[in-house]
Amino acid sequence: MSPEPSQPGGAEIDVAYVAHLARMHLSDEEIARFQPQLGQIVDYVRQIQALDTSDVEPTAHAIEIRNVARADTRREGLSADVAMRNAPQSKDDFFVVPKIVE
Amino acid sequence: MSELLDRSIGDIAALLARGECSSVDLVQGLLHRIDSRDGDLSAYVSVDRDDALGQAQRADKARSEGDHRDLLGIPIAVKDILNVTGQPCTCASRILDGYVAPYDATAIARLRDAGLLFVGRTNMDEFAMGSSTENSTVGVTRNPWNTACVPGGSSGGSAAAVAAGEAVAALGTDTGGSIRQPAAFCGCVGLKPSYGRVSRYGLTAYASSLDQIGPLTHCVDDAARILQVIAGADPLDCTCLDVVVPDYRAALGGDLSGIRLGLPREYFVQGIDADVEQAVRGAIQQCEALGAEIVEVSLPHTEYAVSTYYIIATAEASANLARFDGVRYGLRAPGGKDPIDMYGKTRAAGFGDEVKRRILLGTYVLSSGYHDAYYVTAQKVRTLIRRDFEKVFESCDALLTPVAPTAAYRLGSVSDDPLSMYLGDIFTATANLAGICAVAVPCGFTSDKLPVGLQIVGGPYQEDRILQIAHAYEQSTEWHTMKPER
Amino acid sequence: MSNYEPVIGLETHVQLGTSSKMFCGCATDFAAAPNSQVCPVCLGYPGSLPVPNEVAVEYTVRAGLMLGCDINLYSKFDRKSYFYPDMPKNYQITQYDMPLCLAGAVEIDLNGDSRVVRLRRIHLEEDTGKNVHFARTSGVDFNRAGTPLMEIVTEPDIYSADEAMAYLQALKQLMLYAGVSECNLEEGNFRCDVNCSVRPVGSDALGVKTELKNLNTFKGIHAALSFEIDRQLNLAASGAEIHQETRRWDVDAGITATMRTKEDAHDYRYFPDPDLAPIVLAREQVDRWRDELPEAPRARRVRMIEQYGIPAYDAGVLVAEKAIADFYEEAAQSSPNPKAVSNWVMTEMLRLLSERDMQIAEAHITPAALAELVGLVDDKTLNSNSAREVFGILFQDGGRAADIVEARGLTQVSDEGLLDQFVDQAIADNPDSAGDYRDGKTKALQFLMGQVMRLSKGKANPQSVQELLRSKLGG
Repeated sequence: MSPEPSQPGGAEIDVAYVAHLARMHLSDEEIARFQPQLGQIVDYVRQIQALDTSDVEPTAHAIEIRNVARADTRREGLSADVAMRNAPQSKDDFFVVPKIVE
Repeated sequence: MSELLDRSIGDIAALLARGECSSVDLVQGLLHRIDSRDGDLSAYVSVDRDDALGQAQRADKARSEGDHRDLLGIPIAVKDILNVTGQPCTCASRILDGYVAPYDATAIARLRDAGLLFVGRTNMDEFAMGSSTENSTVGVTRNPWNTACVPGGSSGGSAAAVAAGEAVAALGTDTGGSIRQPAAFCGCVGLKPSYGRVSRYGLTAYASSLDQIGPLTHCVDDAARILQVIAGADPLDCTCLDVVVPDYRAALGGDLSGIRLGLPREYFVQGIDADVEQAVRGAIQQCEALGAEIVEVSLPHTEYAVSTYYIIATAEASANLARFDGVRYGLRAPGGKDPIDMYGKTRAAGFGDEVKRRILLGTYVLSSGYHDAYYVTAQKVRTLIRRDFEKVFESCDALLTPVAPTAAYRLGSVSDDPLSMYLGDIFTATANLAGICAVAVPCGFTSDKLPVGLQIVGGPYQEDRILQIAHAYEQSTEWHTMKPER
Repeated sequence: MSNYEPVIGLETHVQLGTSSKMFCGCATDFAAAPNSQVCPVCLGYPGSLPVPNEVAVEYTVRAGLMLGCDINLYSKFDRKSYFYPDMPKNYQITQYDMPLCLAGAVEIDLNGDSRVVRLRRIHLEEDTGKNVHFARTSGVDFNRAGTPLMEIVTEPDIYSADEAMAYLQALKQLMLYAGVSECNLEEGNFRCDVNCSVRPVGSDALGVKTELKNLNTFKGIHAALSFEIDRQLNLAASGAEIHQETRRWDVDAGITATMRTKEDAHDYRYFPDPDLAPIVLAREQVDRWRDELPEAPRARRVRMIEQYGIPAYDAGVLVAEKAIADFYEEAAQSSPNPKAVSNWVMTEMLRLLSERDMQIAEAHITPAALAELVGLVDDKTLNSNSAREVFGILFQDGGRAADIVEARGLTQVSDEGLLDQFVDQAIADNPDSAGDYRDGKTKALQFLMGQVMRLSKGKANPQSVQELLRSKLGG
């Protein structure tokens, strides 16, 4: 289904599969359009793999932070009524979704 | 009245305090301007007239009853990514159709407490993903200096509104340059605070470790005033640090003697537009003339910044945007057989191309088999980029660079070429990766009469320092007083 | 089929007993109206941010210390991507590679033997919402979303459904001792995922495992596991292949059934949550928590047998619940007769608590009052009937035993003169019974004793009455 990528390296991103992981039903047209674009981007960003980072610690936060927490106290939230106002579909204060089949 | 709107917050506050104008006058003037100009520019996504006038009336009443807060009754525009109680917050996306925020972002609550008014919501690239404000479901915003050009992005609506005098000031958000680059493209001041300086609570997250809220204003003094209100620790945001908030305006004034400014050689390379480089070089000379010592420095990992930025930002975005699923708020596409099918349809219908591309890229770089090679490696390169800055700030007070390699470009010129648009973030994304602060100030024009911005980059929590430098430079030039023709 | 053995590992989700949720200030009350304990954070609203509950972190560490875990002084939160309607952000905040606790063990007793189930890790995470099913749609209630959970993961160290039960019971007792969870199964405070495989006896390798999801009663876990072990042993015995899959326990049918196979396994895409700071614990803090640990129930049982001279059985019953054992020890320490104290707690106290469905903290009797009551029986101030009456009043209303005895005039009658009168009257009123006794029908003595007790309004000292009757009837 996926078209040939514009560059050889771009083959490693499988747009249809990644779209499935991200829960986006892309059309064939979209997949065909995104495949070379993302292939090109992946080829570009792969440049960082050329750096030797074996001894470098990863940075997860832009700044040093630690131990930020709150006391175990309650804080007023939203009423069910207010929460339901934004709900695309609701019933008896439940958010309604298509039938879940387990 | 019309001229009033082009003046600084300080001037307007003084007029309000002396009773020479009212908040209702201001808001009416603004609404009039928006009516007459925004048809061409589309800086705003929505304007709630009645609500704005109501707020203004209440502010005038409070003032008449002895309320003397400095910024009482001053209107501010808000990027459509910040939650304001009772207002939509579309992030320029179809997926948030129908959503009405039930709470205030912390920055909004603080501005409200300081007496400011919220007039309208400004256009942006969908979920702040873009550098041109063309990726908006609402429509493109145009550059007030040349309506054939983009205003920059993603806070393009905020920048265009301020530049066109449709707003006294505006809030934007900056993940990889989204305040500074549109400020430069539109000829206004744009400040990205250090990570952790301003609470992100209520800012719809694009990339949580990079996002910051900041002001877009007519001048540096205004930026200092807005930052003063919104900065400081917030119990609702773990990443907003309890670091003393200095008096930012107290730092303004004086020349640049004794200040050492670094020019990162990797930011002055081939590929920069000649007019842009010339304007920035002129600004550097001006700073030298004001007493600064200029030294060349090196940020050796700059060439990896765009890759690092796009891997980290999209990885975080892929998780941050997973919540848009049609269950609790926003758009739901019809016909889902089961919840997962409903998600797939909703997300396909609700997100635009650029958002889809970034979710796909971010999902990919986190996925099994690629996680270490892309995501973890990018986190490590991020460390190297941070260290580059730590090193130069040992010998410099701040850095001077261009904001972007070019001035505003024509609408549609990069929309089919995402990678080339990404490369335009090269000079701005580094500050987000390093968590440091930076401000864009107008420093001239291209031969096409498009504004050019100078970027002043400071170390963590050095907003007072960069604002002082920006102010000294600004006050020695006329650039900030120039307005687009109407 | 006897040449294969089952190997089981458990992942137990224990709800922490905090007042508010893991990352927001919403309440954690059970059975509240749908979506009445929600806010922008636990609904995953745009712009909302999590802030961790410090007590949830503390409880997880205390639990880890109780279970002998190594505490990681540096740990962090990660995002686990997983799209499901009950997951508000479509990722769960959990701990991936740096959990708060590693290793540890739970000692279990089974058929008189004891052995150790090793633990792999304990991490802290947020719970999901709950789905309900309507005719053509489903509904989601997010009240539970964001409730703090500890996930306690064992090594594959369990070899039967009974052992799994013993492990869970021991774990529950330890968590109650540590005071970190209500451990209320009916409210879903204790939920298990079970990994089960079989292998040839004598082999060290693990077979292909299946995972049983979300079992929330001990009975259900035992039944599901018994079924699954049999199923796998039968497959293995017949040489059939066991597939790696997730299976669901169907309570009504009493079977496990395929839920999803390895092919649709998830790619969770873990990465450190940028919204949350790493947790860096001070060693001194952890040491303080360790010092504050209660004595473990097994050690306490041994000590109590020794210290109070009570039978092993009694000690086992008393330590089952920490609050009961605490009550007992306090009473026993102020009484010269700890065995009698134990009898009172094991019989009257546990009976009344169970009849009235109460916790010991809700009863008004104090340990001092019970010790006093035991003293009043021992010095013959009270007979046993009256003592039970007094216990009932203490349980219900509290107070001092002596005051109740006084107010109700329950002091036992041992006065020879008075008892003489009662005995004479009882014999005179019941000549037939007296004759029966003299004819060797010893049962008649019981009847006469009852008559004396009635005449004394229950206050006569039964031993004295018996002696008097015997002597007067020439027995």
